[in-house]
Amino acid sequence: MKIHEYQGKALLKMYNVPIQDGYVVEELSQVESTIKKVRKEFNSDAVVVKAQIHAGGRGKGGGVKYSPTLESAIENANNILGMDLITHQTGPKGQKVRKLYITEALDIAEEFYVAITLDRSLGKDVFMVSTEGGMEIEKVADETPEKIVKEWIDPLLGMKSFQARKLSFGLGLTGDAFKAACKVFTNMYKCYTETDATIVEINPLVLTEDGRVIALDAKFNFDDNAMYRQKDIAEMRDDFEEDPTELEASQFNLNYIKLDGNVGCMVNGAGLAMATMDIIKLAGGEPANFLDVGGAANIETVKNGFKIILKDENVKAIIINIFGGIVRCDRVANGVIQAVKELNLDLPVIVRLEGTNAVEAKKILAKSDVAIIPADSILDAANKAVTAATNS
Amino acid sequence: MSILVNKNSRVVVQGITGSEGTFHSTQMLEYGTNIVAGVTPGKGGQTALDDSVPVYNSVEDAKNEAGANTSIIFVPPPFAAEAIIEASYAGMDLIVCITEGIPVQDMVKVKRVIDENGTRLIGPNCPGIITVDECKLGIMPGFICKKGNIGVISKSGTLTYEAIGQLVSNGMGQTTALGIGGDPIIGTDMRDALELFEADPETEGIVLIGEIGGQMEIEAARWAKDNVSKPIVGFIAGQTAPPGRRMGHAGAIVSGGDDTAVSKMRIMKKCGIDVCESVAEIGQKMKAALVQEAEAIA
Repeated sequence: MKIHEYQGKALLKMYNVPIQDGYVVEELSQVESTIKKVRKEFNSDAVVVKAQIHAGGRGKGGGVKYSPTLESAIENANNILGMDLITHQTGPKGQKVRKLYITEALDIAEEFYVAITLDRSLGKDVFMVSTEGGMEIEKVADETPEKIVKEWIDPLLGMKSFQARKLSFGLGLTGDAFKAACKVFTNMYKCYTETDATIVEINPLVLTEDGRVIALDAKFNFDDNAMYRQKDIAEMRDDFEEDPTELEASQFNLNYIKLDGNVGCMVNGAGLAMATMDIIKLAGGEPANFLDVGGAANIETVKNGFKIILKDENVKAIIINIFGGIVRCDRVANGVIQAVKELNLDLPVIVRLEGTNAVEAKKILAKSDVAIIPADSILDAANKAVTAATNS
Repeated sequence: MSILVNKNSRVVVQGITGSEGTFHSTQMLEYGTNIVAGVTPGKGGQTALDDSVPVYNSVEDAKNEAGANTSIIFVPPPFAAEAIIEASYAGMDLIVCITEGIPVQDMVKVKRVIDENGTRLIGPNCPGIITVDECKLGIMPGFICKKGNIGVISKSGTLTYEAIGQLVSNGMGQTTALGIGGDPIIGTDMRDALELFEADPETEGIVLIGEIGGQMEIEAARWAKDNVSKPIVGFIAGQTAPPGRRMGHAGAIVSGGDDTAVSKMRIMKKCGIDVCESVAEIGQKMKAALVQEAEAIA
């Protein structure tokens, strides 16, 4: 789960990490008063107007504007609030800006990149810092890996002060700034573990002209599996950032991701679901979605699955691929037939059932009075689905 | 022969009295798995599965009193990490954790503990392990397997069944099938599993099924290049997965670099693995690889 910059900064502030502070505004009528409040409270004539969307690349997309005067701030805010902001991460339609974060402007001497995330290969959290702040870290990692300093953290010991010092030295800091950065790193790690984050990235962390170390941005990602014990974090979810159909699917306990093709997919298991999408593509078609109905593929899940898939108007055919281990295929077959009838489905439905009672299931499908196309294998199913989608 | 489990494994089920635990323990018993004990804290002294299995308060008791040496865990996510740690400290030779949804921060600590204790863990978030006709530890449908000479390693559940189904329909059975799990942190990775199958004299070929996300397939392939003599057939799910989206498994997300399906497949090929473009080719490719191997020897 992701959150907005202003929410991430509020978390950092709670953990005593100094931030570039400000206020959020959602209404055009409140823009001027909010800007004035920021100017006054943070003693900063210049402000930065920042669009609050989850996607990265906001600055390049025109969603972050330095505004030296009140007039320019108001103009920038009016332009950005409500716009469809397009960045390399939003897709061509962009993301509507519903919130602005008006912050103080700072005089920056140096910019750093700092982040904590999981190193999957070692099974440990890794703290990474680089003097190449503001840049895309992937690029730095590719071209000048020596400019990234890394510290792996023992989960039973937590981050030790020598490690925080090593990171601060790695950024070439001295004196008060060195001490301040050490504190930032220790507090960041605390924040990361205590909130069950999977990434905390500050890019850039800046050293100001007057020697302060301050977080200018904050990117958080949280572990969905830990949200049961992170109620405050879970409440930060912004439903406007989610695809409405994906949100609805999650309420049915279905794992759905919309794609651009026209062959709808309903599969049990994430790996098999991906493999089904892949083989549709190899058969010359395009998958319309990823949909994992989980282990218990009963009539209810099948029906809900159909409902979700049918919200996508591009869908021209639906493939159901169930490998029944514990779940019995004859029950799935009956569920599919019932769901097709109840929903008055008029799209071609290609069904491949394998595993427990698969033979009975095929007989049930063949005998039914609904137009279901049975398939013998995953390849057969993909070919039939692509043909059906092309012809309908 | 086989890897990790066989008819001599003495199994304790942690969470045996829960609904999942009861259901799958019954299935495992039917398959022939030697379940000697169950653990549910507070229910020690009772019995489970129609009086056939004694229940203990701790894994340690199950070891001391019933001689358990292998644990399988069906415990809800908030308590699963502790269940693994308990089994590790009780000295289990092997722990299989089926539980899906354990927080990463919990698993980071678990990993540290099992590494220090030298415990072999499979999973979490996995279908388990099955040594055909001997021992099933997990939720796989045993009847789809056939005894034979292929080892199966996979991150995913139903995709493992698909591979097994194709092997059987192409006339090949399995020694052991191992679902390693789809989480970012797991106990036994692909490299470990390859090493075990390479050392097993009965295994003649290996099917390796991965997916997008992480570097595990690549690390395993690079290791296999110099250390595995048996033919490996590989497949990576998620060629059509868009970057930045988590595809079901917590670990299945393309986040940049070499973790796309295409680059994993490219590197696996370079390392000498016979990589399937299509999931439907797994059975045929393994068959062809065995024929080629036999001809090379002849």
